[in-house]
Amino acid sequence: MFKIQHAEFLAPGIKRFVIEAPRIARKQKPGQFVILRLYEQGERIPITIEHSDPERGTIRIVVQSAGKTTNLLNSLNTGDSILDVVGPLGKPSEIQNFGTVVVMGGGVGTAMTYPTAAALKRAGNRVISIVGARNKELVILERELREVSDSLMITTDDGSYADKGFVTDKLRQLIENGTRIDLVLAIGPIPMMRAVAEMTRKEHIRTIVSLNPIMIDGTGMCGGCRVLIDGKSEFACVDGPEFDAHRVDFAVLVQRNSMYRAAEQKSMEEFQRETQSQLDTVHAGQTGACAVEGDGR
Amino acid sequence: MTEPTKQPPKQKSANPLPLKERMKVPRQHMLEQPPLERATNFTEVNLGYSEELARQEAARCLECAKPVCMIDCPVGVKVKEFVQLIVAGDFMGAAAKIREDNVLPAITGRVCPQEDHCEGGCLMGKKVQPLGIGYLERFVADYEQRHLDISNLPKAPPTGKKVAIVGSGPSGLTAAGDLVQKGHEVHVFEALHEIGGVLVYGIPEFRLPKGIIRQQVDYMRAMGVVFETDVVVGRTVTIDELMEEEGYDAVFIGTGAGLPQFMGIPGEHLNGVYSANEFLTRINLMHAYEFPRYDEPMLDFRGKNVAVIGGGNTALDAIRSALRLGAGKAFILYRRSEAEMPARKEEVKHAQQEGIEFQVLAAPLEFLDDGKGWLAGARCQKMALGEPDASGRRRPVPIEGSEYEIPLAAAVIAIGTSANPIVQSTTPGLNTNKRNYIEADPTTQRTSRKGVFAGGDIVTGSATVILAMGAGRRAAKSIHEYLTTPGTW
Repeated sequence: MFKIQHAEFLAPGIKRFVIEAPRIARKQKPGQFVILRLYEQGERIPITIEHSDPERGTIRIVVQSAGKTTNLLNSLNTGDSILDVVGPLGKPSEIQNFGTVVVMGGGVGTAMTYPTAAALKRAGNRVISIVGARNKELVILERELREVSDSLMITTDDGSYADKGFVTDKLRQLIENGTRIDLVLAIGPIPMMRAVAEMTRKEHIRTIVSLNPIMIDGTGMCGGCRVLIDGKSEFACVDGPEFDAHRVDFAVLVQRNSMYRAAEQKSMEEFQRETQSQLDTVHAGQTGACAVEGDGR
Repeated sequence: MTEPTKQPPKQKSANPLPLKERMKVPRQHMLEQPPLERATNFTEVNLGYSEELARQEAARCLECAKPVCMIDCPVGVKVKEFVQLIVAGDFMGAAAKIREDNVLPAITGRVCPQEDHCEGGCLMGKKVQPLGIGYLERFVADYEQRHLDISNLPKAPPTGKKVAIVGSGPSGLTAAGDLVQKGHEVHVFEALHEIGGVLVYGIPEFRLPKGIIRQQVDYMRAMGVVFETDVVVGRTVTIDELMEEEGYDAVFIGTGAGLPQFMGIPGEHLNGVYSANEFLTRINLMHAYEFPRYDEPMLDFRGKNVAVIGGGNTALDAIRSALRLGAGKAFILYRRSEAEMPARKEEVKHAQQEGIEFQVLAAPLEFLDDGKGWLAGARCQKMALGEPDASGRRRPVPIEGSEYEIPLAAAVIAIGTSANPIVQSTTPGLNTNKRNYIEADPTTQRTSRKGVFAGGDIVTGSATVILAMGAGRRAAKSIHEYLTTPGTW
């Protein structure tokens, strides 16, 4: 059991959790993720770690409600527990002084860019951040990103906050202005990462994306998270989650992520129909036996 | 381990049946669920012996002066002795006798390839059918589970030494069980959320029920073993941190052969193509066959064709699971012939009874796309057997012009695994071989790092539960020596 020390909504449907996980907090590096399971009948889902505090023994994650599991998770509050949290998984982001780095976050992906952006800034890079959201309410981590960026640009799809448009519009402007860009990091919805990759490919700007395919164990055992990189299978959980965007076959990623759409919809409909009883199941599990024995680390 | 030669030679037998008569008693069959019934459920296929059947079967034992059954057992179970205790009706005594050498009897009684070990050398097998040693072990273990009070197990006096076991599969559990009996403090670290490793994610419920594993693990907990799930050693904590900061005096690495191998043929990324590990993990660990009660989904291939590529136990577990999930036609594609299949004979027989089709001497060349990214079928090629290869089995040779296509809704690749690199890559000074398996002494299981031992599939590559248990047992013996005899490394 992993206790939720604090939970708060950052935006409608987007919640931030501070979770007690001392072992993970001590080891986490930017770009790494955890796998969570909420209750005995639950699935395992990967979520990027937004921040960790080794002193306090806590990690932070930011979760957007999408399917059943994320909706259930976002129904949990301060004082609740998560049955399983395992990590930190995946290769850490490559951090060095590249020069000028453009960090692009789309939607909840913004939270995933944060630890890497901060590390890149500490490594001496000039960090230009571009954050995109559907509307004003969904802009998250503006203050945090501003602190680690030399400049921050924000776009909203509907123009309700900052500039109307997409993050790629800002990237194009930077390129057209002749800004020297040594590296682009883009994390967000697949269409956004794909659009960024296409734009930077022509300019020969090295671009990194963080992929989020369907995953089960997260340790390289099942091979379910395989992605096509330069025509060869690689595992996002151990070879990634970050990859060179110009080598990623995004079409295959979209196709594989759609594999269980029918079942996911069924689960979601059931959740919407029986929200309370599903929540009761999760809470019931929290009073049960402890998953971690011994010293609780 | 007691040497067979030290057995009292002329002990009076509890068995009144003269030796000649014993040969005439046929091997007692274990009750099974009828094939067509079991093909639609995940309940265990074998139903076990009654007390009466067990005693009848045990009475067949010839009580050889030199019991080959024990010599052939990777963990050295004293077969003759426990079988005689069954004859005498002392089932708890028989269980205790097995536990002297095997801490997981309910598991080995179900999944061990007895034909390659104890039953393979049984003298009865030369004339009639070998003694049903696996069935008897299973009977005794299940009897023990029903009658033993684990709240009061005797504990060895503590030695003050701490051992970390990395991985809770067969080798790790065996090492843990043996070490805790010697009085060491034992912590087992498991990456997944359940204890058991391949026993829970790999072997299906119908062959090894989860409840059985849980009972065996509870028994070990009662002996004092501490389990910690959700710890990926190498990521969550390193071997060095365990030894330097958390005070472990020795570490045993039993992380298994983790990474699934793919074939490298076109179309492997299509929706509907699985590694056996993923397919079985979804079903076994994540209970996808109980969707939507459990959240993990599986593709709906009811009434459709499913093929598994490979001929080992994993391949058979996968295809029999597919059948139980409603596949219309379930078949094995294997590039050699049935004689070369590495699977347990009983599993092949059970699969055939259930209606699994074996397309042997055939291999896929390509998975076919339906045009939308989903698997539509496979283009296969027929094979002939050539000269024996390095494994001693005859090499499959493609037959030119024999290509054919089969329609498929799902394909599962069960052609083996390779070493999971996480522990090796995060443990400086730990030597590995060319294929990145950990180098360990075959007798002491010692690695190149002082105080670090390894065994099971992470040393040998994919093998069997019992061979991994044998390695765990050797490691425990060697760890005990290391911890109790100063200056031995």
